[in-house]
Amino acid sequence: MMLCACQAADLQSGPADREQVALGREAAERLGCGACHILPGIDWPQGKVGPDLHGFADRAMIAGQLPNKPEILTRFVRDAPSLTPGTAMPAVPMEDGEARAIAAWLRSLHAS
Amino acid sequence: MRPEAPVPAMASTWLPSVLDPAGPYAQPVTTLAWALFIGGFLVLAIVIVALFIALFGSPKLKSRLGGEKAIWIGGFAFPVVVLTALLIWGLWLTSHLSAQRLTGDEMRVRVIGEMWWWRVHYLDDEGREIMRDANELHIPAGRPVLLDLEAADVIHSFWVPRLAGKMDMIPGRTNRLLIQADKPGTYHGQCAEYCGGPHALMGFVVVAHSPEDFAQWQASRRPAPAPEGMAARGAKLFLDSGCAACHTIRGTPADGLAGPDLTHVGSRRSLGAGILPNHAGTLAGWIADSQAIKPGNRMPAYHQFTGEELRAIADYMASRR
Repeated sequence: MMLCACQAADLQSGPADREQVALGREAAERLGCGACHILPGIDWPQGKVGPDLHGFADRAMIAGQLPNKPEILTRFVRDAPSLTPGTAMPAVPMEDGEARAIAAWLRSLHAS
Repeated sequence: MRPEAPVPAMASTWLPSVLDPAGPYAQPVTTLAWALFIGGFLVLAIVIVALFIALFGSPKLKSRLGGEKAIWIGGFAFPVVVLTALLIWGLWLTSHLSAQRLTGDEMRVRVIGEMWWWRVHYLDDEGREIMRDANELHIPAGRPVLLDLEAADVIHSFWVPRLAGKMDMIPGRTNRLLIQADKPGTYHGQCAEYCGGPHALMGFVVVAHSPEDFAQWQASRRPAPAPEGMAARGAKLFLDSGCAACHTIRGTPADGLAGPDLTHVGSRRSLGAGILPNHAGTLAGWIADSQAIKPGNRMPAYHQFTGEELRAIADYMASRR
């Protein structure tokens, strides 16, 4: 499916991953992550309290403190204070599946 | 594991909602609208056929179309009959929408439009205020609710498309509107009169409960218990940072009136007047910089907190249920 248009990382990703990425984007919009973050493809809100998350997949660190790995990111998006106690980002009520999907989406955001 | 089916965002439900009435004060408007759409389409079809005859018809048909009889029927009798019938039917259909004739069984609420949110005062049968809230209205399903609509600053318009038509809120006047939801559910509203700045972000939520749930909801409208842990720290910061100058939290020294009452803010379906989901995350973002979310709103951005302090206040807000 349109392999030529995809980036290198997407070549290895199967349909299940793409579904996760789409679910994650939808969950991030529904949960209002934009209240603090500028996010690719989300027009409003575009909060500036937290970092702009364009190109997040290419970042080595989460919040400048943790390695950017799927399991760690999944835990961080749902309960940031448990990993970075001084953070301003509260624990956000969401399902396990939503946290996993949001992490998958964030890890698909390459700088273009 | 798939997440639960998403609650549709306001944007995706907005378009059909006006064609999807949920109560007796919205249904006649939709019925009338469909009658006008269909009637208008039929009249257009007749005009197009007549135009075709005029351009391409046989000389016999053309002369009949231009004859005196056709003019009297098509140009005079038809519009008089159709428009008179439409007027009578329309007035009959919508006569009970006016709040002139009341049964006395209506629940009463005063809603005051502010730039750019809604003050909600629940009233008793005599019209005396019994409880204050903001940006969200709880009603029992199946019972009419009489709204006294006012405005504090400029003209706003109260519009919950699935429950009733629009009604302007005009400074110095009280306009009355009846709404009713036949079934329990959540119904979105929107200010429908441009009122400056973030007018488009002046939303509203009506929550209709079954009669038992409504009684339970009423009983739950006591200030939440004193906060503990992180939220207790947030409560102190709330008072020390001047939040109480504009916001009331009943049962505490916070008694400001300029902004929304926050006694039950944690139990609201939305934040920022019907525009954001309401949880500690969005609360923190709103407190730190509501201007990035709803530019021009009257709450300044609070940049002075540390991360932990911001979370503490957000936790406190979320605990005010």
